Parts: sequence; structure tokens; C-alpha cells
Amino acid sequence: MPSSPRFPGAINSPLTTKMDWIVPSLMPPIPTYRILNSDNVIEDESRLSAEIPTEEILKWYHNMLTVNIMDGIMFDAQRHGRLSFYMVSAGEEAVMVGSAAALAADDVITCQYREHGVFLQRGFELKDFMSQLTSNCNDPGKGRNMPVHYSGRKKVGVHAVASTLGTQIPHATGAAYALKMEALENPSAEPRVAACYFGEGAASEGDFHGALNVAATQQCPVLFLCRNNGFAISTPSSQQYRGDGIASRGAGYGIETLRVDGTDIFAVYEATKEARRMALEHGGRPILLEFMAYRISHHSTSDDSSAYRSREDAAHWKSPERNPVSRLRHWLESKGAWDADRDREARAQIRKDVIRELTDAEKEKKPALRAIFSDVYADLTEEAEAQRQELKRIMLKYPAEYDCDQNVDGVQGL
Amino acid sequence: MANRFHRLTLARHRRLLDSHTRYYASQAALASTPVRRLNVPIEFGSTPLLHHTAKTLSKTPGLPSSGASSRLNLFQAVNAALRTALAASDRVLCFGEDVAFGGVFRCTAGLQDEFGKLRVFNTPLTEQGIVGAAIGAAAEGRKPVVEIQFADYVFPAFDQIVNEAAKFRYREGETGANLGGLVIRMPCGGVGHGALYHTQSPEALFCHVPGFRVVMPRSPSQAKGLLLSAILESKDPVIFMEPKILYRAAVEEVPDEAYTLPLSKAEVIKTGADLTIISYGRPLYMCAAAIEAAEKDRPGLSVELVDLRTIYPWDRQTVIESVVKTGRAIVVHESMVNFGVGAEIAATVQEAGFLRLKAPVKRIAGLTTHTGLAYEKYVLPDVARIYDGILATVDY
Repeated sequence: MPSSPRFPGAINSPLTTKMDWIVPSLMPPIPTYRILNSDNVIEDESRLSAEIPTEEILKWYHNMLTVNIMDGIMFDAQRHGRLSFYMVSAGEEAVMVGSAAALAADDVITCQYREHGVFLQRGFELKDFMSQLTSNCNDPGKGRNMPVHYSGRKKVGVHAVASTLGTQIPHATGAAYALKMEALENPSAEPRVAACYFGEGAASEGDFHGALNVAATQQCPVLFLCRNNGFAISTPSSQQYRGDGIASRGAGYGIETLRVDGTDIFAVYEATKEARRMALEHGGRPILLEFMAYRISHHSTSDDSSAYRSREDAAHWKSPERNPVSRLRHWLESKGAWDADRDREARAQIRKDVIRELTDAEKEKKPALRAIFSDVYADLTEEAEAQRQELKRIMLKYPAEYDCDQNVDGVQGL
Repeated sequence: MANRFHRLTLARHRRLLDSHTRYYASQAALASTPVRRLNVPIEFGSTPLLHHTAKTLSKTPGLPSSGASSRLNLFQAVNAALRTALAASDRVLCFGEDVAFGGVFRCTAGLQDEFGKLRVFNTPLTEQGIVGAAIGAAAEGRKPVVEIQFADYVFPAFDQIVNEAAKFRYREGETGANLGGLVIRMPCGGVGHGALYHTQSPEALFCHVPGFRVVMPRSPSQAKGLLLSAILESKDPVIFMEPKILYRAAVEEVPDEAYTLPLSKAEVIKTGADLTIISYGRPLYMCAAAIEAAEKDRPGLSVELVDLRTIYPWDRQTVIESVVKTGRAIVVHESMVNFGVGAEIAATVQEAGFLRLKAPVKRIAGLTTHTGLAYEKYVLPDVARIYDGILATVDY
């Protein structure tokens, strides 16, 4: 009797007479990689693979501050009726900025909706955010998507954001496959990866499974970046999965995986950098990273998280010891690269800039009404054209019933 | 070869039918035994819908008629189109379940051997993964032609189709990113024994949320041209539905050269003065048979037959023009009548041509039930129902 019968479904599986169950609850939890210790000191400087210039790290900090402050102001703006909706990303600034900093400018990104820091780190400006948030005529998305659903492909290489969860994951798989082919067709060009961001809740969707399975079987150079922030609206992760987070799933697909302290920007950066390098090895393969964090904010402006969690919990993670922004600040100050005065100044300036950009954006007109019909197909169908004319006829016939002076060209813009 | 085999089957079929009409001995012998005339198997070998010789190719607009042609069935025509597309553009990919060995319907036979594993490959069993990955690849400029093994199995990909692909260009807005070149192919329709899960024709569902072009070819020569158009020329993503019963049954001359047929353009495949029948896919063959019988029984009656070819965005102009001319319309489709394509066509036609109508617009379609194995021949529209509908509409 051969010791390994080489079933096609498990070629290398050795035979055994022991009924050795895999008992997940007895397996050691997957460790969480970090570089900063609890005192925000890098004990082992060799962990930082190459000298990252302090200027670069200061930019990271500035971007984290900007996201954090912008989030706070936008939340209030929604409460005051200036925005219809907003999602705060407090607690995840390091995940977004750190990972984005390790990707190449022309890598292809798909994301979920809580990745403003990714947009910012990759080159989105305050005006770009505000244009989309106020649905004005400068929004590349032409006012079609809810706030925070940015259309940033031209500027920052990110697919337009959709509210559907997890759908973006297989898009990254397919994009990575295209990039893999490109690398073979153009061996002299710098190879690119695709990367997708998703929450631990979205990872419950079937699209996660389909995406990872296809990526692994086709060896696509894609980074699956999971933001495990502990909540999917009100559902804590204890009700989202029974296994060891999302990281435990990687092995099931044959995908190399690392769990990372998402509040430690150095760990996030290093892990993403290494993941990217690995993803491009030997023609390509997928990598799974699980960034652990805590969603300090409510799910969105439509949510009040005090309904399902204690203030103490959120406060615990907001504390300077744990929240990613203060952790980096602490490290920068310990290196003499930052101080309280500069921090106060920076915050004040960011506040001013954010409020100014919001106010300016609000003054702009909304997109022309032809955006109702365009872009469903490349060209207007005969049916859409007929509907457009009919809508225009109604609006001209009952002008008092419609107020489209806010839109570029008013009713003539239809 | 296929023709001779088919004729033998028909002969055997008729003998079987004859024997069944004399099954109950207690019945008094009738003076003349009723013989089926309408609900007989479609004679694919002589139907006017197919080009049995190269001579008739010129009669169909858009088909090259001067060059060489070959006798191909539907799966061979699809295969030829895929081969042509893969050769014409490096960007074309072909993936899905079982496509590597040729696909369960042979549509992808030989393609992996010819074009390699990078461009033609099997995926795991995940329609949502397949369509999701296709979206990502198309967004990066590839032309992924993906196969869903049966239209009945497209539903896991419904979210990706309706919420993602159909809205992709719209939400990208000014970035111009789009999924032109993405084609989702799927066999659809009744085959005689497909029952609940190998028979469905879900085109209406894809027409309701705009963003895709939904195409259903009626024949091998149509399929080649329409599929090449979908892959190589369309700026919009396409859902390409192939009536599976036609894969082997429909055989005709197909031009060897590459050619495209326009999407969103209907074709008047038979002109007539008294009634317009609008249909697509396999029911067109039933319609042709019903028209032949009705025109024989009613000398002077002439029925116009329109093939939509693209279900959405559809050629409203051609259909409305035809119905305004004839004053009567019937829509025929396989999938259930309720909330189907027929409802949309009927509403559009009555709105555009109400005063010219001499009869209500009739829909002859699948019954509002599921296609149970033992009942398929009752559920899907047959020649008798269409024949009856023609006379009822004309006699209204």
C-alpha cells in the first residue's frame, strides 16, 4: 500500500492511521506583526528595510492628520446639512497611508469606501475630495455617486468606489491578470500590481472567495488588503466569523498571508512593501494582508454606534497610546522631527484649508443635467435620447416645478 | 452528414408519432386519423432561416457573399468567431469553466492549443469570480470573453453584472474608464430535456438595468458576425446568449472571412403586409413554420417576421415602422410571458402606433411557470400556438 496515494484533489497528502482532526480552537492564533513597540519605539531598527527619509515620514503624518481632521469636519458638515452623507475613517489612518505609501503610483487599486487616506497619499487634493462630496461640476464622477464614493482613476489610479461590498475584490484579481500579461508583453517596463482594500465584513461575501480562488489558481500579482477594524456596522467580528480572522483563510486558497498591527504605520508600510515584492516574483502571485485596527468612528453619519458598543471601548482605541496618528506623532517627536507647536500649527492650517475647500466647492455649480443620461452606454441610445427630449419638454413646460439653476447650463444642460 | 442523420431521425420520429395516435384501442377508428401538421419537429434542413447554399448569403444584409463559405453549426460558428477574435487582437482572452478542453458545448474547442494557456484557460467554479475578474481585466484594456456554462447559472454573477459592470462607465464618469470588449457568453433556452436548470432564457432580467448590450443570434452566420462585433467593436459590454438547441441543429453556410454584424439593429427576415411577428433566437424557427402554415391556409395573407437580434438596446425604429405598416403585432419569446421582453415591445409599439393598430399586440411566450422536464413542450411557445395567434390577430 503506497504511503501517499496521490489523489488528484490532494496529491501530496500522506496516509495516516491516526484520526487527527484539525481543531481550529486549539491552533495558536496567527501573530500580529509590528515594528513599533507599545512605547512607540522601534526596538529593532533593522526592521525598517531601508532608510525612509524623515521628510517622507513627516508627509505620512501630515496625510494622516489631514484625513483625521477632514473626517471630523465633514462629519459635522453632514450633521449641519451641508453634506448628505459621510464616512469617517478614524483609527485606520495608518492602514491607508502606510499601505498606499508602499505601492507604486501606477499600481491599480480597487477599494471599499473607507480608504480616503489611500486617495490622499496617492495624490488626491482637498479640492478633489470636496468636489465629489458636494457633487459639484468638478467631480469626475459627475455627481452620480454618494459622498466618499470617489472617482479617482485618472488622478490616483483607483477604480470608482461602489457601495456594494466585496465586488471590488475580483476586479483586482482580473486587473492583476491583465497586468501580468502586460509584464510578459513588455518585459522592459516596471511591472505593476493590483491591490484591493476591503473590510473584514466584506470578506464574508462570496466575491472574496471567488476572487482569491481565481487569483491563486491563475497566479495573479494582486495584494488583498483587509482592513479588519472589528465592526461591520453594528456587527462585531465575533459575529462575522468563527475562524482566526481573515488571515486564517489565506492558507485555504494557497495564498501567503501576514497579519499586521494596523495602528503601526511602519509595520503597515514594510509589510505592504514586502507583499508587493513577493507578488511580483516568478511572474506573479496573490498575497493576503490583514491589517488589524479599530473603527473608532461610527459606521457612517447614518449610524450611532453607542447603540451597540460602549464609549469606553471606542475611547480605549482613541487613546494616544493606541490610535495610529498619535503613535506616529510620538515617534516623530521622540526623534526630534516634530513638536507640539508644529502640531498645533499643522492642525490649524489643515482645518483652515479643509473648511476653505468645502466652502469653495459648495459655491460651484452642479454638473450639467445631461449627466442623467450619458455614460450608461458609450453613446446615447435612441431610447435614452427620446427620454431626454421628453424630460426637457416637461421641464420647459412646467418651469416653476423644477429648479435646475444650480446645474451648469440649467435646463439647457440637459 | 448532419442532414442525412437528421432526415433519418425525422422519419423515425414520424413513425413514432403515427403509432401514438392509434394507441388507445377502445377509440373508434376514425375515418381519417388526425395527423400533426404544426407541432412537428422543425425541419432545420430546409428552413428558410438558414443558408443551405452559399447562393442565399447575399439575401441577408451584412453577410459577405462573394468569398468562400463552410457548412458550420452554431457551436462551430461561435468557435470560428472566437478563433478569429483571438487572432485579430492580443487583448482577447477566453476563460470560464471547462473552456480549456473545448467547453461542454465545444464552443472553445482547440482554442487553448492554438492560443496558449495565458489567453485561454479554465477558472474555478465561480460565476461571480469569473465575471468579477473579467470586469477587472476589461477595465485594464483586455477583451475578456467569458463563458457562463448555462444561462441558468448566471445568477451568482448577477450582482457583478447589474451593480458593477452595468454601472461601471456611469460611475467612472469623466475618467472614461469602461468595459467595452467584455463579453459574457452563455447557452440559453430549451433543448428538450433541460428541465428547470438547463433551459432558462433570462434575457429580460439583463435588459431591465441598462448598461449591457444583450444579443441573441438566430443562426450560425448571425452568431459569427454578432459575436465578432461584440468582442472587437463594441464600446459597451455585451451579454451574448446562444440558443443551445441550435448548437447542433442549425447548420448552414457561414462565410469564411471575418465580418461583423451591427448590434442594436433588428433584421426584417421576411417582409409582409398584414402582420408583424417580432421574435429572436430559437422561436423564430417556430414562427417561420407557423407563418408558412397560416399563409398556406389563408391565401393572400402575408406576415412580416422581424428578428430583434439585440434585445437591448433594441431597434425600436425598425419594429415600430413594421407594425405601423402592417397594423398588427405578435411578440414571441421562450421565457415566461410575465414581465418579459414581449411586455416591453408591446408597450412601446402600442404607444408609438396606437391608432394604426387593428388588433391588440399579442404575446406568445413561455407559460408563467417553470420549465418542468415532462412539460417543456407545453410550456415553451410552439408552432400551434403561434399559428393560432396569427389567425386570431388577423381575424380580430
